[in-house]
Amino acid sequence: MLEEHAKVVQFVSLAGQVTGRKKLQKMVYIAKKMQFPFHEKYHFHIYGPYSEELTLRVEELCTMGFLTEQMEDKGSYVQYCYEATEKGADFSEALCEEPQNLKEVVYILNNKSARFLELVSTLLYFDELPKTEQIEKIHVVKGKLNFTEQEMEDAFELIDMLNQYKVN
Amino acid sequence: MLELSYATKKLDEEKVFKDPVHRYIHVRDQVIWDLIGTREFQRLRRIKQLGTTYLVFHGAEHSRFSHSLGVYEIVRRMVDDVFKGRKEWDESERLVVLCAALLHDLGHGPFSHAFEHVFDLDHEEYTRAIIKGDTEVNQVLSRVAPDFPQKVSDVIAKTYVNKQVVSMISSQIDADRMDYLQRDAYFTGVSYGHFDMERILRVMRPQEDRIVIKSSGMHAVEDYIMSRYQMYWQVYFHPVARSAEVILNKILHRAKELSKENYQFIHEPTHFQAFFNNNIELEDYISLDESILLTYFQMWIKEKDPILSDLSRRFINRRLFKYIEFDPANEYEKLRDLEDLFIQAGINPKYYLVHDSTSDLPYDFYRPGEEEERVPIQLLMPNGEIKELSRCSEIVDAISGKRRSDHKLYFPEDALLKNGKQKTLRKQILNVLRG
Repeated sequence: MLEEHAKVVQFVSLAGQVTGRKKLQKMVYIAKKMQFPFHEKYHFHIYGPYSEELTLRVEELCTMGFLTEQMEDKGSYVQYCYEATEKGADFSEALCEEPQNLKEVVYILNNKSARFLELVSTLLYFDELPKTEQIEKIHVVKGKLNFTEQEMEDAFELIDMLNQYKVN
Repeated sequence: MLELSYATKKLDEEKVFKDPVHRYIHVRDQVIWDLIGTREFQRLRRIKQLGTTYLVFHGAEHSRFSHSLGVYEIVRRMVDDVFKGRKEWDESERLVVLCAALLHDLGHGPFSHAFEHVFDLDHEEYTRAIIKGDTEVNQVLSRVAPDFPQKVSDVIAKTYVNKQVVSMISSQIDADRMDYLQRDAYFTGVSYGHFDMERILRVMRPQEDRIVIKSSGMHAVEDYIMSRYQMYWQVYFHPVARSAEVILNKILHRAKELSKENYQFIHEPTHFQAFFNNNIELEDYISLDESILLTYFQMWIKEKDPILSDLSRRFINRRLFKYIEFDPANEYEKLRDLEDLFIQAGINPKYYLVHDSTSDLPYDFYRPGEEEERVPIQLLMPNGEIKELSRCSEIVDAISGKRRSDHKLYFPEDALLKNGKQKTLRKQILNVLRG
């Protein structure tokens, strides 16, 4: 009970600070694809894999005082920034153990941009397809973002690197 | 052999289904008529739209079948009455969006949410598998064109190239939500959930890769957002319906656990074996429906395992768990104490002490969110400018900016009140639960 909530707090706590809801969504998705035990259900939305359950859970955790959410008004849009509170850290420590390698994966992902993580998570969403078809899919579903060949290569490279940390 | 005219073939006479929400569902396309007749679509008659909610709102026995027809009808009206002839609407997308609307819920399992949770399944994946697999639905779609099943599947997966088409079935104001809010309101008998859909349809406009709403229709959209908000709190998050879902979830967990332990069931649960062993073929999935689950629950009442028997009896006879409000922020440690007390009292807390929160449910509220998180409702202003709904509507801004979560602890109060062994301990548990 409450373990799924505790895992999200632990994730944010390991990151220190996550800037942007979209970034948090993609980070958790990528970690989930690396078989870390997150059970939030994801579906594809216009901007890539998205979990309504994770959105609700983060909202609950903010209400509980286990996460803080800072809103920054960027003019035409707002951006949210998340951190775990001390109370949240105690809660996650009491309810869940830290999976091996999660810290490294969170660190790597948190150092990437939301745009790049959108690309990586979308490639992973289509990971049952051969590489060329994955790239084709990106052009179909993310045509407007104009990802460069270099970004695609970097994304595949990151996926290879993350696979070393994959939970068996 | 491919029939070139099949995609555009019309029935000699229009068929209509009488429908309590839309009055009539109109079918002229041969493809749609053939899809409705497939065994996979007919199976949706045996899956209730609102799962266990009928145990609270007794009218809520309506099926995924009627909802799917409703979504189809709304999309049909969009493409035939509103979008037709507009230069930003591609008429060649008509059939794919109608098929996707009709089939969007095809992969729902019995008591969808609990079933998916226990067996770690995703109904959307099964919808796509049925569309692309060796099924009657696939045979019908393949007659249109070999790549047509894939196109319909892509629309449902939201990866289709034309985002307007995706938005009609899956966005924050789509045909799916517009049908289920009205249908669920009608069948539960509640007075929320009603809004002026006619008006919303009239002010929808296809524009670039999205569907926008003319700002003159903002008040109708406000009403829709309010209905959605009310329905979530009054119907979808109803605590007693959640109690029934908690029990259903635990029955399936228990049966799965017993199967793993090689427990000898009186009646072999053949329909579940593939799910217990995580070796599910498409046919296993299609073969299951709610009537089969309820039959097993009836049989499991007679099982020797006291937990499976008790939980099944509770579900069938509606002896549900009671609940208390729970504040995890300040009480999460209390949970551990309660679990210990349950064990001492000989009650397995894994099955009889359950935390449940809003994030355990599959419904979503309207949120403008941050840029590129998900697509908000966009208003088309008279000067051609686009504005996000909550920036224009104070009502929407007020409800979409507020968080409201809800946590409950469910437990079998009747078992704790029973006389007999451990009576003092059980009383102590009740005192802790009641604070």
